[in-house]
Amino acid sequence: MNTLTPKRLTLYLLLAPAILWLLLLIILPHVGMGMISFRERIGPGEFAGSLKQYRTFFEEPLYWNTFVRTAVMSLIATIMALVMAFPVAWTIAKVAKGRLKALMLAATLLPFWASELVRTLGWLILLRGSGVIPQFLAFIGVTDQPVELLYHDATILVGLIYSSLLFMLVPLINALETLDDSLIEAAYDLGGNRLNILRKIIIPHAAPGIAAGSIMVFMLTLGNYLTPVVLGGKSSMWFTEQIYTQFITRFNWEQGAAFAFLLLGLSSVLVWLGLKITGQRFADAMRRT
Amino acid sequence: MIPSLPDSKLLTRGRALYVSLFFLFLLMPLSVVAVFAFNNSLFPTPPWKGFTLDWFIANTGDRTGLFFDSALLTSIWVSCKVAFWVTVLSVSLGIGNAFLLERAQFRGKGLLTTLMLVPLVIPGVILGISILAFASQIANYAYDAWGLELEWLRPGLPLVVAGQFSYIVTIATLTIAARLKRFDESLEEAALNLGATRFAILRTITLPYLKPSIIGSAAVAFLLSFENFNTTLMLVGSDNPLTVLMYGRMREGASPVLNAVSLLLMAVSSIAVGMMYLRKPKQA
Repeated sequence: MNTLTPKRLTLYLLLAPAILWLLLLIILPHVGMGMISFRERIGPGEFAGSLKQYRTFFEEPLYWNTFVRTAVMSLIATIMALVMAFPVAWTIAKVAKGRLKALMLAATLLPFWASELVRTLGWLILLRGSGVIPQFLAFIGVTDQPVELLYHDATILVGLIYSSLLFMLVPLINALETLDDSLIEAAYDLGGNRLNILRKIIIPHAAPGIAAGSIMVFMLTLGNYLTPVVLGGKSSMWFTEQIYTQFITRFNWEQGAAFAFLLLGLSSVLVWLGLKITGQRFADAMRRT
Repeated sequence: MIPSLPDSKLLTRGRALYVSLFFLFLLMPLSVVAVFAFNNSLFPTPPWKGFTLDWFIANTGDRTGLFFDSALLTSIWVSCKVAFWVTVLSVSLGIGNAFLLERAQFRGKGLLTTLMLVPLVIPGVILGISILAFASQIANYAYDAWGLELEWLRPGLPLVVAGQFSYIVTIATLTIAARLKRFDESLEEAALNLGATRFAILRTITLPYLKPSIIGSAAVAFLLSFENFNTTLMLVGSDNPLTVLMYGRMREGASPVLNAVSLLLMAVSSIAVGMMYLRKPKQA
């Protein structure tokens, strides 16, 4: 029926590795993890299907609180990154020209290409009790003694926002650059004030970029491990840390798998909501970033 | 707002001030890392005690510089090996995927396209954990059923390569596919009319056209792999890549040798990124 023409053969040769990749490294591991999460250890090497892991999650306030806390802090970090990045993206896209613009773009890219470890080390040196900022504050007399700036929620937020600014800036700049200046000029000539122009012209035009940036930042923040653990210390209470603890430290795979699925679910739901609200397709949003 | 519209002085200055503060915020952590690599003190903290290169080249009792710190050097080598394999695998599969997305027509293409993007939205920790669990289950099964010990399915470098590859290949695919999309297919048709074989066309026309995107995605793949932490941490065995080693040392309390290695990392990646950007104008 189906003779194997060279063209079909090529297709199969290209399809096979792609399918192997997705099947062996993405689909099957996640299906396997789903199955692990729905079982319970009843004896050495003996398991039974159960919802115990998910029940534990809802019944144990620590887990539940960590989950909600991670989500809320990620949301705050996303919003703050958006608010902080927007004026800068505007300046790069619309105001700066020539060499200054290139320089600013390079400066935004630089922290991204430095490893996450390097960035976190930088914040550690800046913020710890004996570090640069506490000593400086004590030196100029704002505080009597150098104060410990690590291990606060605000510290975690600073680190998270810092790591995510690039992912916010790039889609925002791309979106703003396609906005025609004459539209703003026309609105201004017709008597629109700044707030109106921002609300009715700039933000609607930049909406795809805002959505793409926010989704990317939210996902990255939610899944971040290093920044909360190092900058937050023992008080970080980040959900990825729980997953790590269950899997690697306690070797409780069933619980860890359930946690991983909950985080994946939360991330997917919020990404889906974000796309729905802004009326975008997943593939388009991903290509933007 | 835009240069062609009148802005009050206050607004212009306010914006300039804000943007300057923003870039200060952006560059401050990296600057202190760089500066304290040269501080003549046992801890990367103020006060400044004078300039030294000890954290690169010393080999005395309490100071081991980067170039004599064998654990650090080993871990850099481990990271290079991992990054090499991730790059080769990701770029090879990326090229194949690009042709699949841009040229081939088959049932289920839409589904496959979406699936290929999925690795980018899975948090790195979960990507690592799921692959770890899957590989361990297979290894356990092989051991129980046939008495086989499949060492490469246990936490270690092969799994680290697999974990990083699983999402970096998506980035390589998108980069190469974007360039293939802009390729003028009449060039291939002309060559075909002139009697070239499919393989000769691929080798002499299509692949050379894709070369900038192949080099670019290889550089990106290498850097992403070298700097990956989340996925790597879950899959690592006894050989530590650089990021995992740095993490361990950071938790013990940082020594300026970490600043030295960070500075080295920053230098290497800025050179790599700089070269990628310098290449661009020439192609256009």
